[in-house]
Amino acid sequence: MAPLEYLRPSDEGAAIALAEADGRACLLAGGTDVVGLLKDGVLAPSRLVDINALPIAGVEIRDGGLSIGALTRLSDVADHPAVRGRFPALAHAVLAAASPQLRNMATVGGSLLQRTRCGYFRDPVTPCNKRAPGTGCSAIDGEHRLHAILGGSDRCIAVHPSDPAVALLALDAVVRTRGSRKERAIPVDDLYLLPGSTPERETLLEHGELIVAVELPATSFAARSCYLKVRERASFEFALVSAAVALDVRGGVIRTARVALGGVAPRPWRARAAEAVLRGSRMTEATIAAAASAAVRDARPREQNAFKVELVRRVLTRVLATAGAGG
Amino acid sequence: MRPTAVGTPVDRADARSKVTGTACYTVDVVLPDLAHAVVVQSTVPTGRIVRIDAAAAERAPGVLGVLSHANTPSLAEVPTFPQGPAGQRRPPLQDDTVNFDGEHLAVVVADTLHHAAQAAALIDVAYDREEAVTTLEAGDELPPSGIFGEAPDSVRGDPEAALARAEVRLDATYTTPTEHHHPLEPGATVAAWDGGRLTLYDSTQWVSGVRDAVAMTLGMATDQVRVVSPFVGGAFGSKAMVWPHVVLAALAARHVGRPVKLVLSRAQMFTSLGYRSPTVQRLSLGARQDGTLTAIVHAVTQQTSVFEEFVAGAGYISRSLYACPNVAVRHRLVRVNAPTPTVMRAPGEAVGSFALESALDELAAQSGVDPVALRLRNFAEDEPQEGLAWSSNALRECYQVGAERFGWERRTTEPRSMREGRHLVGWGMASATYGVHSEAAAARVRICADGRILVTSGTQDLGTGTYTTMVQVAADALGVPVERVTAALGDTDLPPAPHSGGSQTAASVGPAVWSAALDACSKVLALAEQGDSYAEILTRHGIEFVEGRGDARPGASASRFAMRSFGAHFAEVQVDPELGEVRLTRFCGVFGAGRILNPKTARSQMIGGIVGGTGMALTERTVTDRRLGRVVSPNLSGYAVPTHADIPWIDVCFIDEHDPHVNALGVKGIGEVAIVGVAAAIANAVHHATGRRIRDLPITPQTLL
Ligand SMILES: Cc1cc2nc3c(=O)[nH]c(=O)nc-3n(C[C@H](O)[C@H](O)[C@H](O)COP(=O)(O)OP(=O)(O)OC[C@H]3O[C@@H](n4cnc5c(N)ncnc54)[C@H](O)[C@@H]3O)c2cc1C
Repeated sequence: MAPLEYLRPSDEGAAIALAEADGRACLLAGGTDVVGLLKDGVLAPSRLVDINALPIAGVEIRDGGLSIGALTRLSDVADHPAVRGRFPALAHAVLAAASPQLRNMATVGGSLLQRTRCGYFRDPVTPCNKRAPGTGCSAIDGEHRLHAILGGSDRCIAVHPSDPAVALLALDAVVRTRGSRKERAIPVDDLYLLPGSTPERETLLEHGELIVAVELPATSFAARSCYLKVRERASFEFALVSAAVALDVRGGVIRTARVALGGVAPRPWRARAAEAVLRGSRMTEATIAAAASAAVRDARPREQNAFKVELVRRVLTRVLATAGAGG
Repeated sequence: MRPTAVGTPVDRADARSKVTGTACYTVDVVLPDLAHAVVVQSTVPTGRIVRIDAAAAERAPGVLGVLSHANTPSLAEVPTFPQGPAGQRRPPLQDDTVNFDGEHLAVVVADTLHHAAQAAALIDVAYDREEAVTTLEAGDELPPSGIFGEAPDSVRGDPEAALARAEVRLDATYTTPTEHHHPLEPGATVAAWDGGRLTLYDSTQWVSGVRDAVAMTLGMATDQVRVVSPFVGGAFGSKAMVWPHVVLAALAARHVGRPVKLVLSRAQMFTSLGYRSPTVQRLSLGARQDGTLTAIVHAVTQQTSVFEEFVAGAGYISRSLYACPNVAVRHRLVRVNAPTPTVMRAPGEAVGSFALESALDELAAQSGVDPVALRLRNFAEDEPQEGLAWSSNALRECYQVGAERFGWERRTTEPRSMREGRHLVGWGMASATYGVHSEAAAARVRICADGRILVTSGTQDLGTGTYTTMVQVAADALGVPVERVTAALGDTDLPPAPHSGGSQTAASVGPAVWSAALDACSKVLALAEQGDSYAEILTRHGIEFVEGRGDARPGASASRFAMRSFGAHFAEVQVDPELGEVRLTRFCGVFGAGRILNPKTARSQMIGGIVGGTGMALTERTVTDRRLGRVVSPNLSGYAVPTHADIPWIDVCFIDEHDPHVNALGVKGIGEVAIVGVAAAIANAVHHATGRRIRDLPITPQTLL
């Protein structure tokens, strides 16, 4: 790990200025991802701007929705009664992430921006277009059991690892950001970019742009939401496949549906085709099966990760049945 | 012996120091003027080093020196186990060849760890890369020259003819992946020179092995090297042999003229301390309709490095666990551009039992015999390979007690016939066995005038409880309470003891401590009549202390009896039928393992083995990129060991077994039998739950979809 400058400003403006002023600066929140990447030599910033002294932690009820400060620890998000009661998918997803120790440190902002767990990305020695653009993707013809079946490109098939992000996507969450010149409200759905030919660009955020909060709007579907994650051990493990669904069902008919997938794509994946099948339908086995199949219609599995196609179908079948039965 | 301490659940002698953090592990050692070394490893699986450019590293802040093949003196080879103590015969930094990805190529020493790490990243190595063999499947099979002195192949009876005639036949291939030990404490060495004398603090299972190997490598007299290892943060076989980083620490310290600490990173642990070789095991069984075994053919292929041979006797378990007249065992090796594998908890048996005990379960299903009944039917009254009588064998009791405790008779035979809510429930079982080993060991016991007793031996406590059990043995031999006794271990200045592997420490060192204590006792008694306390006698004679010596070596019984520990595992899993998630929900392990010195530390050993076996069954595997020959995700996120959430309450039970033949204490050893058969019991439970026979470990949602 190369020497770097460590700064801990206490107001947002200063933090943004310090980050923007140095093209190789990196923001540090809970550090649970950044520190590992530093130690592995994947990141080599010249400056670390520690944002933990900024007053952007805590959950507030606002306009019937919630505003979650970017520095709110995942454990505090999962504990909050309004999250548990009104946005159950988020509470489930947060509790399914990492381990209690990590959740005590990890923040909501950091969870959205954590980097992929692709072993080639995290090994500075191996070719990787995301880490070192133009060097090639090692995973495509290498070990890709855990890689993307949706949304990948011939440059990158790494998956986004965040559980909370999948739930936030299904709940129409919006990210509030601040740069030196502007403040923005970016729907989580717009935040992430697909790898295409530039896998090194992962989000819309500009260098130094600070996430200050994640807002959960009051919606008709948040209350009937849930999250399901399949993994190889019971805790402390990223998703093989996960899904968040949120439904507004009235008179037996699905008015609105949100279906988001994790562990299958380079970003939290919105399964719009599945949503379209659900919208206006009754929650029957046939509807569920059709929606589950629609979600993977465009899947492009490879040799080692083909099992994820079937696993997505089964996860969706389960989670839709669960959400459909609830409320 | 009239045991009062032995056999009771005495608290760990080192519990307080470990819980409060005062126990000083190798990674904690700090010496005046200590410098830090970081190892640089190869990033290609084979080829030649064209150039190592260390100029930038040498100029970096704090750097004291860089060692590579360019400036390393020539070092002597040390034979690998069991001929010698080395884990890898090839000494480090001797030439420009690279034989595997992750091989040590250079060492950077600096005033701080960060400076050393920073400079290590600046070392630029150019390679002339060659074609590599990176998987077991890609290479040619060759017969090993031997397995710990035994022939790799053996035949008894006529297995082929018996198979041809068998009423029931089974032929299946089982595979296990590369597994790593991953003790909590990584490989670590602190080296300090004092003139021509070298002191090494090392995290090791074998202080005298380290001493001998390093002395031999560096061409020193053995008595010029002292090795100290009071606490070891786990090992599981990874520290049984002496690996190249140990000598690198010594060389680095000599090079910079300061004491040097070298701690391997977690990523480096994947290529520096050996691993359990992957196996491909073909098993053919022949049996009568009632399940009586008539033939077993167990053929195992494993990998070794391109420059030397290590092979675990995975097939041997098929010769000795069951009565079967016709048995053939075959071991083959493939040379792969990978590090040399090594022993890992129950080397051989742990993987061999997965194949054998899965196959037995398949045979049970095929012949319609209950799995426990099938094993009872094939119980070996005598050791079947050599025909010797067992010194003791409680396997039948293990089955019976385990079945009772687990409630086995409530098991319904058909797969998929038991449910809990939406989950399929499965019950499976397997047998366990592991040989009784012991080697010559020495100990001293000092009785002091103030009444305190000190036990010393150059053995080591890997966390298994040796400090505690040796205190118990001495306390009983002397008839004093354990509070009076302390032990000092892990130092080559103490009486010599063998490596702590093969579950042999209690069986080797225990008898030595016992006889040293009796010797000390008789020396005190020679001074006075009985009745007085030791302290009174010594004080009256103005003697500060007396010291007894004890030497123990394996007795003649070894040639008259077959000596093994046995056990039976019972596992319950719940499987999500759609999502393929397997969770272990109940486990019972029953063992006949001779005298249990301390049921509390013994229980911990068994739980540890069962947890290790659970990892083997469900999560653990090292993934290597076949084109690059390089481990992918070399960290504890990529290599998943079970978490607390994966482990249910574990019921551990020991059969009260008195074996007069194994040694003076009747101790058989427990650390390894615990893991043998666990993966099979779980795989068998998965089959019972789902009807799916998984022959390739680990069993993941992917395999069950
Ligand atoms: C062993 C392990 C297992 C894990 N398992 C899971 C799992 O199962 N599921 C899961 O979802 N996650 C898992 N995680 C990931 C964990 O959730 C993330 O590391 C964590 O959420 C990151 O949050 P942080 O606050 O520590 O971020 P940091 O590490 O501090 O930062 C992460 C990134 O976000 C940026 N950043 C942080 N805050 C802001 C902000 N306010 N504005 C702009 N940029 C910001 C940083 O610059 C950095 O790029 C695991 C992590 C580990 C180490």
